Amino acid sequence: MDFWFSEMHTNNVKMSIRVEKQLFSGTSDFQRIDVFESEEFGRFLTSDGSVIFSEKDEFTYDEMIVHVPMAVHPNVRKVLVIGGGDGGVARELSYYEEIEHIDVVEPDEMFVNVCREFFPDNARGLDDPRVVVSNRDGLRFLRGMQDEYDLIINDSTDPLGHTAGLFTKEFYGSCYKALREDGIMVYQHGSPFFDEDEETCRAMHRKAYKSFPISRVYQAHIPTCPSGYWLFGFASKKYHPLKDLDAKRWNARGIKTWYYTTNLHTGSFMLPKYVEDMLEEEEGAEKK
Amino acid sequence: MDIERQKSAPVYEALERFRKQRVVPFDVPGHKRGRGNPELVKLLGEQCVSLDVNSMKPLDNLCHPVSVIYDAEQLAADAFGAAHAYFMVGGTTSAVQSMVLTTCKAGDKIILPRNVHKSVINALVLCGAIPVYVNPDVDTHIGIALGMETAQVQKAMDENPDAVAVFVNNPTYYGICSDLRSIVKLAHERNMLVLVDEAHGTHLYFHENLPVSAMEAGADMAAISMHKSGGSLTQSSLLLLGSTVNTRYVEQIINLTQTTSASYLLLSSLDISRRNLALRGRESFEKVTSMAEYARSEINSIGGYYAYGRELVNGGSIYDFDVTKLSVYTRDMGLTGIEVYDLLRDEYDIQIEFGDIGNILAYISIGDRIQDIERLVGALEDIKRLYSRKSSMLHNAEYITPIVAATPQKAFYSEKKLVPIRETAGMVCGEFVMCYPPGIPILAPGEQITSEIISYILYAKEKGCSMQGPEDPDLEKLNVLI
Repeated sequence: MDFWFSEMHTNNVKMSIRVEKQLFSGTSDFQRIDVFESEEFGRFLTSDGSVIFSEKDEFTYDEMIVHVPMAVHPNVRKVLVIGGGDGGVARELSYYEEIEHIDVVEPDEMFVNVCREFFPDNARGLDDPRVVVSNRDGLRFLRGMQDEYDLIINDSTDPLGHTAGLFTKEFYGSCYKALREDGIMVYQHGSPFFDEDEETCRAMHRKAYKSFPISRVYQAHIPTCPSGYWLFGFASKKYHPLKDLDAKRWNARGIKTWYYTTNLHTGSFMLPKYVEDMLEEEEGAEKK
Repeated sequence: MDIERQKSAPVYEALERFRKQRVVPFDVPGHKRGRGNPELVKLLGEQCVSLDVNSMKPLDNLCHPVSVIYDAEQLAADAFGAAHAYFMVGGTTSAVQSMVLTTCKAGDKIILPRNVHKSVINALVLCGAIPVYVNPDVDTHIGIALGMETAQVQKAMDENPDAVAVFVNNPTYYGICSDLRSIVKLAHERNMLVLVDEAHGTHLYFHENLPVSAMEAGADMAAISMHKSGGSLTQSSLLLLGSTVNTRYVEQIINLTQTTSASYLLLSSLDISRRNLALRGRESFEKVTSMAEYARSEINSIGGYYAYGRELVNGGSIYDFDVTKLSVYTRDMGLTGIEVYDLLRDEYDIQIEFGDIGNILAYISIGDRIQDIERLVGALEDIKRLYSRKSSMLHNAEYITPIVAATPQKAFYSEKKLVPIRETAGMVCGEFVMCYPPGIPILAPGEQITSEIISYILYAKEKGCSMQGPEDPDLEKLNVLI
């Protein structure tokens, strides 16, 4: 049997994964969710036909979006995860004892339930007693919040899909307001490689750069993402992602990782020339 | 409304049958199902260009409908509770002009609210009728024109018993409704017809908790922008008739200015949208209403904004309020509606319907989702955080009763010249002078300029009102009839 899942990365580029079987298909108020079993990537979950994560490469994403800010901020007590209904981010956060409270705000209850059923290793993060899951809209949840969080992680999926509202100026503005005076926000920054995605990537940097005093971008290699290359944004009110990195302290924690190291932390902020140029262009446009 | 019959969509079904027949085209349009214009196919899609066909026997003809278009119009009439309905492909402007041209001949009087849409005045230019204006009330706080008070309409009727028709904007852009039932009763007692510009009221026909619709109130003609809240393609519209109007004459009037090559994209969109409204309209507008009410309460809880709703209703100039409209007063934040409109678009990638001096209007429709509402509310909150400043009160224009010295038609076709504004007293104005707020004309083409009007214009300018309409943007000079 020849059974393939395909996702169009652009109109002219298609990524395909050979599928063993389909485990789930359902449509919520927000998206169509499918779960597949595959030889190469293990189980993977798609939203409206786009891969959200796979068992094989989810660790890269979850580690990079959690450990980078956690190795910089000296005192994280309260964290807000927007999206993150699979629990992978919460799982990584649960390794830090000083964290007292983690809000996971995932509007789609079906997404959470599907992850609990098919991805128990991720979803165990949601069972940590410090985690509170709210099935609410992220922007709505943030509205009116002030000086609440030390860290906000925007782990929502797709800047162009149903979570588009979480990649906007009003979202960054709401996050800024909801963060304490030394707070950090990290977010998915998309992939800069294909022409179609470049403008989205530029716009995200433009908005974050405008909203926060420190705004840097870092990278990771994630095979199921378009072009396999993914960026993250680090927006911060006080701490610099490299100057304030406390490698000694982080390494002393002994957290087991597969992707993240404090060396890689530094390296991940060293970007290819074309990406650096693109970001600087946006910063320049803002200064004018 | 016959729900079983409403399940069919005759124009749409005829197009489907036609597509399957694979007829070889030796007729217009010349792109021949797109083959002659591949770039257009790439932009619009194969399905779309293949439906762009000419009138022909199986598809009927809008100029003289006898089969599928006729059936579709009958269904539309049934869905809207009208005696007749016409599919219009020249926008609601063409429906409004058909109403005026049907009821007025040269020299006839028509009673209108002063803040009537430009298309109505243009219709008067075409037919030579004489406007009799009724002053709409103004809310001085939010700075918008309201509906017509029934007593004011009655006064205009009593003073002009020879008027042939009364024209009503219902609801206004902002959702304000006049007492349509009473106006209809007064007009019919005097043998005047009632024409309703219902461009912003398609949805009124499909939910019992919304203000009364023109047909239900007994109006004689109504222009419906199906492409606004009805979901059809831009430029498609409906003209509805009560049982009092001669359909043959209306058809003649429509055909005076209507294209002989009506687009089947527009016609089928009207047909499908009518079906959708008939079958699912109630449920859709229930959802739209709840989204608008939710947005209103969230925006009002931000503080500094005033998203107004039913509490405005006063039994007179605001006889009812259309709760699907989301208008927000922004001046208390020190920002004009135009500034908020620009910020939303430039900084937040949100396009709203319009911003005026004091208000913004966000159009909520059957295509909206709650997450988009959250974006709008989030953006408004962020705008408050980043851009709000001390508020300043605005001067509101007062109403000066116009003196109609020449018909809009005469004013339009007369020779005109530019004269310094201070020297124009006693002359006849050749153009519009509008003052925002509240967007009601101070002068319209054909009206006599008085020294009172001149000093008022100069005063309003000095107070920072935005003056629009004249050829000279600084309003140093006015166009007058020679």
